[in-house]
Amino acid sequence: MSILGLSPLMFLFYLFLLVAIVFNGLGMIGLLRFPDVYTRLHAATKCTTFGSIFLALAVIGYGLINWVRSDFADTTALTFMVHTFLALAALLLTNPTGAHALARASHRAGVEPVMAVVDRLKEVKK
Amino acid sequence: MSLETKGGMRMKAFAATAVVSFLLYLLLTAGSGDVGLVIGLWSVEEIAAGAVIALIVGVATRKMFCSSGDMRMANPVRWFTFLVYLIYPFFFSMAKANLDVAYRVITGKIRPGIVKIESGLEKDLAVLTLANSITLTPGTLTVDVDEETNDLYVHWINVALGEEEKEYADASKVCGSFPKWARRIAE
Repeated sequence: MSILGLSPLMFLFYLFLLVAIVFNGLGMIGLLRFPDVYTRLHAATKCTTFGSIFLALAVIGYGLINWVRSDFADTTALTFMVHTFLALAALLLTNPTGAHALARASHRAGVEPVMAVVDRLKEVKK
Repeated sequence: MSLETKGGMRMKAFAATAVVSFLLYLLLTAGSGDVGLVIGLWSVEEIAAGAVIALIVGVATRKMFCSSGDMRMANPVRWFTFLVYLIYPFFFSMAKANLDVAYRVITGKIRPGIVKIESGLEKDLAVLTLANSITLTPGTLTVDVDEETNDLYVHWINVALGEEEKEYADASKVCGSFPKWARRIAE
């Protein structure tokens, strides 16, 4: 059985890559279109993290089927898979933390949110 | 605290740190050995090096790794809860967040503002989990945290009508059931 000349699993991985590219692209467009640093961070963190999850899933899946097909002898595929998984875990932890640091630093430096209807943080700042 | 329990606590913190760093080392070096041997995926050299490094890391970083000193994260139930959390409420709302941001990227409809929410959490790790989850989910980005009360300041890309007038915004509108999950996982 094949879809567009690919085995179903490979088709799924290509689909994941497509989703990843679409969301990373949207993140980039958001970075250009949004008016200030905070809204831009929304686009930059959410979309790129989500896109990268699918990118990593495709790589992990590809590594997994190569490893299983080689009767667990292809250690390169295994390394591929495990390292991508660890990179994904690190990304999920550091990406929001970095965004948080950027947002906090901007607010402390006096950058005000554009078009804001409310700013509770400004009220408490000494 | 008596001297004996302090020493026991130190041993426990050291053991936990060493075990975690050894496991991480094993993950990073999986596939280094000859397949078919008893050890299988790892070569003897890597296991020895990993053990030595784990001991050093355990001595050097146990105070940071177990800073609260109560070893509550050693409970596997918490990790299981964390996995469940990652899959159902978290990944699901992350997908929703992305469609939402995609919609706003394309249409440019935004109504931003920084609101304050009451997290009701006490432990640092729980606040970290909640803050990072908020950043990755629908239209919200954590900007700052009040370190005394653990209230979070959240940049909300589309403030719900009426929420800007309240001192504390409705946490369930900002982040759904996340505070409850953060408490279960890390408090």
